[in-house]
Amino acid sequence: MPTVGLFIPCYVDQLFPQVGLATVDLLEQAGYGVEYPADQTCCGQPMANTGCTEQARPLAERFLAIFSGYDYVVAPSGSCVAMVRCHYDEYLAGQPGFEELKKKTFELCEFLVDVADTSRVDHRFPYRVGLHQSCHGLRELRLASSSELVAPAFGKAQRLLQMVDGLELVTLARPDECCGFGGTFAVAEEAVSCMMGNDRIHDHLTAGAEVLTANDMSCLMHMAGLIRRQGKPLRVMHIAEILAGHSK
Amino acid sequence: MSRNEILKSIRAQRVPTAELPSLDRTWLRFADPLAQFESQLAGVGGRAVRVRSTDEIAPILNARPEFANANGIVSHVAGVAANCDLATIADPHELESVDWAIMPAEFGVAENGAAWVTDERIRHRAIYFIVQHLALVLPADQIVHNMHEAYARLSVGSSSLGVFISGPSKTADIEQSLVIGAHGPRSLTVFLVEPA
Amino acid sequence: MNHAPLAAAFVADAPRAKWHDETLWFVRAKRDKAAQSVPEWEELRECAAQIKAHTVSRLADYLEQFEREATRRGAVVHWARNAAEHNEIVLKLLSDRGVKRLVKSKSMLTEECHLNPFLERHGIEVVDTDLGERIVQLAGESPSHIVLPAIHKKKEDVGQIFHEHLGTTAGATDPNYLTEAARQHLREKFVQAEAGLTGVNFAIAETGGFVVCTNEGNADLGVSLPTLHIASMGIEKLVPRAQDLGVFLRLLARSATGQPITTYSSHFHGPRPGGELHIVLVDNGRSDILASDEFRRSLNCIRCGACMNTCPVYRRSGGHSYQTSVPGPIGSILAPSRNPKMFYSLPQACSLCGSCSDVCPVKIDLHHQLLTWRRELAHQGLLSRSKRLGMQAMSFVFRRPALYRLAGRVARWLTPLLPRFMIYNGLNAWGKQRELPDFPAKSFGEQYAERRRHESQRNS
Repeated sequence: MPTVGLFIPCYVDQLFPQVGLATVDLLEQAGYGVEYPADQTCCGQPMANTGCTEQARPLAERFLAIFSGYDYVVAPSGSCVAMVRCHYDEYLAGQPGFEELKKKTFELCEFLVDVADTSRVDHRFPYRVGLHQSCHGLRELRLASSSELVAPAFGKAQRLLQMVDGLELVTLARPDECCGFGGTFAVAEEAVSCMMGNDRIHDHLTAGAEVLTANDMSCLMHMAGLIRRQGKPLRVMHIAEILAGHSK
Repeated sequence: MSRNEILKSIRAQRVPTAELPSLDRTWLRFADPLAQFESQLAGVGGRAVRVRSTDEIAPILNARPEFANANGIVSHVAGVAANCDLATIADPHELESVDWAIMPAEFGVAENGAAWVTDERIRHRAIYFIVQHLALVLPADQIVHNMHEAYARLSVGSSSLGVFISGPSKTADIEQSLVIGAHGPRSLTVFLVEPA
Repeated sequence: MNHAPLAAAFVADAPRAKWHDETLWFVRAKRDKAAQSVPEWEELRECAAQIKAHTVSRLADYLEQFEREATRRGAVVHWARNAAEHNEIVLKLLSDRGVKRLVKSKSMLTEECHLNPFLERHGIEVVDTDLGERIVQLAGESPSHIVLPAIHKKKEDVGQIFHEHLGTTAGATDPNYLTEAARQHLREKFVQAEAGLTGVNFAIAETGGFVVCTNEGNADLGVSLPTLHIASMGIEKLVPRAQDLGVFLRLLARSATGQPITTYSSHFHGPRPGGELHIVLVDNGRSDILASDEFRRSLNCIRCGACMNTCPVYRRSGGHSYQTSVPGPIGSILAPSRNPKMFYSLPQACSLCGSCSDVCPVKIDLHHQLLTWRRELAHQGLLSRSKRLGMQAMSFVFRRPALYRLAGRVARWLTPLLPRFMIYNGLNAWGKQRELPDFPAKSFGEQYAERRRHESQRNS
């Protein structure tokens, strides 16, 4: 049985443990052995995206050491996987095991579709769901077709959600606009960040969504913060929770 | 000298070599390029009119009040009467009072409704831009499918000015509201002369 | 000044910010429709990027070829290392001929060089003839967008400006009426002008000519009446062959406004009979960018403005918040290379969503270059102290898993106990409009370990 090294982003570990647990269930249901290396912390993206590359470098090196031994590395986050696959070259190019690491590291939905070849989801979720396309998953990992490109439409998260009995995906006016989280951007450009988030929420509500989901908890944390403050009628759940049937 | 310094500065940079791609490929084509030209032209605010010969142009224009009441008319198309001859005008500023120009175009482009005109044998290039209304006349069988075919057939640089004109002058600079007639012609009519 | 407070001020006028966002999104939607109508769109983008990569790899040769061919056709080619030299060349051309009135069509290069105030200081009347540029010129402002210069103005604003300067009816807001008033006003300026200046969209090495694209016909009118035509171009505007224009003209207007092509795509080769044509080639920092593997591709830019229309930050912060002649994603790449200290905040005015890179018709990897700029600026010591120290502290903790786990436990235990005012206050930008999530009692790591313990107890 191939073993998946579970890569749980630091803020998911600390703030959203339920997303990690749903991920374990999904991978085990798909027939994979799952191991969570307890010494993992953060992939280094916050430092890298701020320009502090020397602060990010040791974290990239730790990551390679921790995850080298697994058959696959899977994370419930497009953004953190994009850090490994698209931005680690600067730190790890040429190091033993790095090219393999890039090839075997997957975002959860991508892994379920492309590697595990998932064809059915056994849980019922009778709600109208708005899928937020997190940008790094979309435009770095290409987990779905982006609206700017002239190419056939596809979407790995959509495909999985469509397998869920009773679930209805709503159609958004702006299918893949950024929510405005953007890491430190959320704080440094607070005004624009919150306006972006509110605009996304408005789009989902207008489209009739009862539940807002995404494959990145960071986008959802930002939008959930706005939703809660304003008391908007929109539940927020990570896609792993819906697919694993952990929804209450 | 700035010239040599700029060139020296560029040559001092290490830039990786890159191949110039061949553009000899299969590009977008249309089942009916003439119909595509007409619909594109309509989409950009122009008007296409099919005629069987240039003799039909004058009566069609005469039926339009803005032509019938026009002051100055310049025509380089046989059969359309003019009252102003570009060859006798020394200063293009005098063209300000010309309301209409009827000029030949060489060919049209189906993908964008543009027609190619030049200032070859045209004394004042301003004529295309200064008049209130412009009519272009071109053979209906001279419609290429796309811009690649357009450049393959025209000779860039054979005249001091060559222009793709696609529709009348327009602007959307006030709140993105489209307004026809910014500085140049308020209307563009393209007469497509079908082969006999 | 930092981008963020200017952006916050723009957002504070909520209805206007919403209108600005929606107006530009409408342009982006038109662009999508136009792009989707071309099945080979992605192939065109790739060709364009390859042509540009090739051109800059042999830029000096192509510039010499261009100069040779242009000269052969009777144009005079000038070279300017920087903005000051460009402005001096233009001024000399004008003053040698006694020109007092100049009409200009849109040229972002002359904005970059601040040509207008320079010429005005020397007693020359400069009239921007693009309607949008004329609006901002009369308002005493700079363009807020490279294709839609007055996109930040509502029709009420334009009505007021035209009422003051052109004598239109007070309170008039009809775009047709206002455009007609501008037409009459600018006709007068066109007729009076003694010289016309245009920018250059594309220059052709093979033929020594260049192409200017407008919808209004203002460039053509401006250079068809007076005898002197000056064209200002950045040295990156070259393409090798005339046939390359087929690629770029198919991409430009569709990307910019969603039109299949601009109304006028004018190819100039040499002066018209009895006229003069002067072409000013401007470097102004471009040759420095050439050497950088990271930033070289920014020279591909054809100034279509698509990255601005798609940028969720630009749409909600307005072009003036960038304080540079070219705003938005591409401007945030170009500006720091000219002045890192002044423009250090621009690469941070970006959520790294990557939409600009996907929309760019010449495949500039805009969001990656913005990320690279963040690194460069941090290495130059231009990152704010708080961010730098914060990142050092985070990295310190993340390198020590035991410390990380402890810090997480403390934070999850402590934060829910704190009184609300200690979390939601002016110092916490997160909490100004957003709640924090509920803090769980146990981290995933702890719950996972418990789960595995239970499983092994069950199995033993």
